[in-house]
Amino acid sequence: MTLMALDPIIARRIEIHSIAERTVQGRERRASVAVWACRACLIVVLIPLVAILFYVASRGIAAWNWAFFSHLPTPAGIPGGGVSNAIVGSLIIDGVAAAAAVPFGVAGGLFLAESDGPVAGALRFAADVLSGLPSITIGIFAYAVIVKIQGHFSAVSASFALGVLMLPVIMRASETAIRSVPRELLEGGLSLGARRATVARKVVLPAALPGLITGVLLGIARAAGETAPLLFTVIGSQYWNLSPTKPMGALPLVVFQNGIQAYPDLVKTAWGAALFLVVMILVLSVGSRLVAARLRKVRR
Amino acid sequence: MTDPMIKPELAPGVAAEPELVPPPSPMPVMQLRDVSVAFSGRPAVRNVSFDIPENEVTALIGPSGSGKTTLLRSLNRMHDLVRGAEVSGSILLGDIDVYGGSISPTLLRSRVGMVFQRPNPFPTMSIYDNVTSGLRFNGVRRKALLEEAAESALIAAALWDSVKNRMKAHASTLSGGEQQRLCIARALAVEPRVLLMDEPTSSLDPVATKRIEELLGELKDRVSIVIVTHNMQQAMRVSDTCAFLLMGEDRAGELVEYAATTKLFGEPDDPRTADYVNGRFG
Ligand SMILES: Nc1ncnc2c1ncn2[C@@H]1O[C@H](COP(=O)(O)OP(=O)(O)OP(=O)(O)O)[C@@H](O)[C@H]1O
Ligand SMILES: [Mg+2]
Repeated sequence: MTLMALDPIIARRIEIHSIAERTVQGRERRASVAVWACRACLIVVLIPLVAILFYVASRGIAAWNWAFFSHLPTPAGIPGGGVSNAIVGSLIIDGVAAAAAVPFGVAGGLFLAESDGPVAGALRFAADVLSGLPSITIGIFAYAVIVKIQGHFSAVSASFALGVLMLPVIMRASETAIRSVPRELLEGGLSLGARRATVARKVVLPAALPGLITGVLLGIARAAGETAPLLFTVIGSQYWNLSPTKPMGALPLVVFQNGIQAYPDLVKTAWGAALFLVVMILVLSVGSRLVAARLRKVRR
Repeated sequence: MTDPMIKPELAPGVAAEPELVPPPSPMPVMQLRDVSVAFSGRPAVRNVSFDIPENEVTALIGPSGSGKTTLLRSLNRMHDLVRGAEVSGSILLGDIDVYGGSISPTLLRSRVGMVFQRPNPFPTMSIYDNVTSGLRFNGVRRKALLEEAAESALIAAALWDSVKNRMKAHASTLSGGEQQRLCIARALAVEPRVLLMDEPTSSLDPVATKRIEELLGELKDRVSIVIVTHNMQQAMRVSDTCAFLLMGEDRAGELVEYAATTKLFGEPDDPRTADYVNGRFG
């Protein structure tokens, strides 16, 4: 090749590279402005979060002592009461709800991820509508179909309502997690002669596990703080009760019922319960992140 | 093309032509000195030093895991994006220290371009927008320059004739081989000095592969090329110089031999090179 033929290319290279050089500072400045804008947005989001956390923590920590965790409530004005029944009640109600909702949610998510038919479309639509419903609607529904028929308030009816609340969240998050598994993995499994269900169980679901865990814990966290459905179903209780067919204490109810009382002791207990809820959800979400990160690392 | 595997027999009595003054070797376009790369403290490439000659094709060969990709990506700072990756040693582009802070990674990558293993045209852009994307990213606005550079790059990538009438079509309407040539054109349009290619033909069929191999020879006058390849024949066909990497102790890749391609395949100095290029291991 002659120099003549190269000339326009060299000329163009010089022009392009000088433009790149001339504009690079401006481009990088604009990029860093954008980064700073993102940071500013992050701070705007963080301010209310941190403010709430800080406020709840500072008010709630005052209520935390041994009696708070181990004793039953005492009547207003009598010191030394606790919320042990509500803590245990919340764990039972949420645990039963999760135990029922997780298998259905994950299975539904798998179905949504694997099929694109009209049934899947309808289910997806139903899940979206359900997850948008105000929780109080689900509370009154549980009241009508369980509490009214049973004739009394009960923990199971609360678990039912919370489970219904969790279900769409878990289902859609599972669908996303499963869809993010490369299709080649499914095809790789099928090409070895495995049945679709086997590949789903042995290959696809394990690969999606970190995302599934995050989705499940998101669903549980969403339901754990709900109060409205509990008002219609478990009503709350001042006594020990481990039987799911009877009324139970629950932390959101403690916050709701005590927080509006005139007695400082009761209000303090409400803040303590609120802090416990916050910590519970914090532990759930941080824990889910750690587990997911751990699983991702192990897979490498 | 002479087969470099066969040493030319010298007529008896005729001394091999004495190696006179070697031709003045022009300044290499890139120089690697003691380049090491580690991921989260685990070394993947250790103490590699060699020069990348200007306007030649340099091939990186070696078995899987010997650090070819890792080394290639260190040349245009792609490891900056990988958390835990650490590059040490020095890499010069001309007389600019690539990691020295005098050149931003953005600017560096407009001078050291890259073509990947899988064609990765931007799916939402037209063919024309793909080819000119690098220029626009680099602040070029002048329409005439964009069009001129696009045409020149597409001609150089042997794609012009088949796309000149459908520049507005989506890039995904091209075949795999055409998509890869579009990616080559996209990289060329910025007029980089060096083009890095990581197994650019491994996802293509033999015909598309052949076309790209032929391209490399034609592109040499325009850009210096560093190509990673698993295919010995390909390295032999397309490259002028060849670097052979092999895992050393603790599985970090090390440079075993660096030589003219004919020498590396014909009479390598290191027995491990001979074993590898003759397919005895690896
Ligand atoms: N992002 C990364 N994080 C951690 N380790 C990595 C990363 N990229 C590469 N490695 C490690 O570096 C070593 C060299 O990998 P590299 O991809 O460079 O090899 P290669 O020679 O290109 O192999 P192949 O021929 O299979 O493409 C491997 O042991 C690999 O595990
Ligand atoms: Mg590689």
